[in-house]
Amino acid sequence: MSTMAERLDGRRIVIVAGAGGVGKTTTAAAIGLGLAAQGKRVAVITIDPARRLADALGLEALDNEPRRVDPARLEAGGAHVSGELWAMMLDAKRTFDDLIERLAPDAAARDEILGNRIYQELSSAVAGSHEFTAIAKLYDLDREGGFDVLILDTPPSRNALDFLDAPDRLMQFFEGRALKAFLAPTGLAAKLVSRGTAAVFSVLRRITGVNLLNDIGVFFRALGGIMDGFRERAAGVRTLLADPGTTFVLVSSPERQPIAEAIHFAGKLREAHLRVGALIVNRVSPGVADSGPPDADAIAALRTALATELAAPLARKVAQALTEARVLAGRDAASITRLQEAVGPSPALLVPQLGDDVHDLTALARIQRHLFASPAEREELMRAAGGLA
Amino acid sequence: MVAVPGRWDTVLSQMDDLFAKELLVVMGKGGVGKTTVAAALGIAAAERGLRTILAEVGARQDAARSLGLDGDGTDSRETVVGGGLHHISIDPERAMQEYLVDQLPLRALADALAASRLFTYLAAATPGLRELLTVGKVWELAQPERRTPGAEPYDLVILDAPATGHGLALLQAPRTFAATARVGPIARQGDKIDATLRDPGRTAVILVTTPEETPVSETLVLRAALREQLGHEPDAVIVNSLLPERLNGAEMRAVDVALAAIGASGGAADAANVVADPSHRHRRPALLAAHARETRVHKQRAQLRRLRRALDGDVRVITLPLLITANLGSAEIAELSRRLR
Repeated sequence: MSTMAERLDGRRIVIVAGAGGVGKTTTAAAIGLGLAAQGKRVAVITIDPARRLADALGLEALDNEPRRVDPARLEAGGAHVSGELWAMMLDAKRTFDDLIERLAPDAAARDEILGNRIYQELSSAVAGSHEFTAIAKLYDLDREGGFDVLILDTPPSRNALDFLDAPDRLMQFFEGRALKAFLAPTGLAAKLVSRGTAAVFSVLRRITGVNLLNDIGVFFRALGGIMDGFRERAAGVRTLLADPGTTFVLVSSPERQPIAEAIHFAGKLREAHLRVGALIVNRVSPGVADSGPPDADAIAALRTALATELAAPLARKVAQALTEARVLAGRDAASITRLQEAVGPSPALLVPQLGDDVHDLTALARIQRHLFASPAEREELMRAAGGLA
Repeated sequence: MVAVPGRWDTVLSQMDDLFAKELLVVMGKGGVGKTTVAAALGIAAAERGLRTILAEVGARQDAARSLGLDGDGTDSRETVVGGGLHHISIDPERAMQEYLVDQLPLRALADALAASRLFTYLAAATPGLRELLTVGKVWELAQPERRTPGAEPYDLVILDAPATGHGLALLQAPRTFAATARVGPIARQGDKIDATLRDPGRTAVILVTTPEETPVSETLVLRAALREQLGHEPDAVIVNSLLPERLNGAEMRAVDVALAAIGASGGAADAANVVADPSHRHRRPALLAAHARETRVHKQRAQLRRLRRALDGDVRVITLPLLITANLGSAEIAELSRRLR
């Protein structure tokens, strides 16, 4: 179970999670590339890729549907792909609208929701809509069945895994008594007869100063009409996440905070009985497997050895560079050990610091080689990175 | 790591006007050390004798951990860190409760409302209300007369804002909300908070980045968004994790020549050397490390130049060194804070 290909064997949904800034999107794309190289038809769903990576993948068109990455472009970047790599950038608002369109019983109900102010703000502006729509899009693409593997790049936030319990929370709310009373088909006035509800609304209006009451009423009433669809989907999403064909890939960098976040995510996944198929640590010092910094005697010997060809001040600086590199590598190694101990048995796949930001297909293909290498090849690549990074 | 004498002298005077504000908003892309820098700023301000509070949002405890607080113990209350520095992790639900208690005549009514699931859900569904309550709490901390009963005012509030997009949404919330609500207490409050955020005399925005391509690009995008949103420039860009330059051009060439002599792949000659004389064991790794380090230095410098060029002297740039220590703990944050005093 130690190559990426083995770890992802038989999976049709790969959800990539981790803190912001750890190279999640790049990793998702590199995994996509690796699976496409094995002949699979793969779609990568990204949320907010860095500009140049988006350009490299040909994502400048924002139409919320997967587009095929030009095979000639992949070939030029050194990636030999016998399958197909597709990519899309998620448009949260549009995904929401599509969902309403599909679930609404008729055109009138659809227009009522799409035109509602609460809905408009909810679907575009509110933090959390990305989490919700990402999973909605994933679910739809899976149902359509056009791909062998779907890879989801989750939003860069602490709440990226909110969608794990969002369906349940939503259903609990809709099935709650308060809402049932509110949604009773006897008009707004009748609903406000309930004193508790009336008080809630009068206070909400008083403190917000918004006469959102009407908007909210319309919103929830309209939503009531599509409840069955929602309920069915929520159950479907839950089943999809728990399906043996679904796996999570946790990504981190060796810094303290992303490691803490990865451990947090791993805990949430464990609670939800979901599986972590792979653990990836990006931007690792290439010397992470080396011994610690040389001691004073070794440094003295090193300086003497270097002084045969370098001036003494330079020999000192070069020796210092080695000490520093080993200190940083040791710091990374300690973080990785901590992560490994917290997350579990299968060893983390390490991707070295490659010197440049990854935003073209050549660099992406390099990451892919690291991820999909056999353990022996990976060690070799890591050693090579030590000379290149 | 050896401090470069003289370089930080300029920083000393550069920080004066920032610490004179009421609120410092620290923003940046994930992974650039934003929380570490915010914590270092907090320590630096407190050491100047300012009663300071470092606030983080969304019930996170990252800054708390950076300051050596036990993450679970703070529970969205104002906690003393020591030496004039305080910490709070703002939880929007609790902020809502506080707001209700403050606004409603009866405590029991406020409690009942806060406990109502319908109310909680509708409040959560009210666009931007969570963000507004969060930033409202930050604003409340900065008031000379605190709304929170019995609470002492602070000289300076430092907000460790969420990463880029969520951070912008937070700053935008008061204005959006005031515009939607138009009348009523929240609209009035939204206007007041918005005015504080836009007032360059009271609020400073600090962008944190690292000298790498993507973070620098995002910093420039964020700067443009802030200009549009707040109507003024960010007050400073702090470039974190900068490696000091150590080799000059001739030295770099000498390293490359020595490496070439050994051979790119390690070479049989080198292996023979190591066997003959173990003191050669570290020679190649050391040369590679020196080469890699200086390559990185040059890339960092190029990005720093790109940043400076794009900012064109309109925004001050402050650099912080990459600290090369076995741990990143409170000693390292204290070290960074010394450079921000």
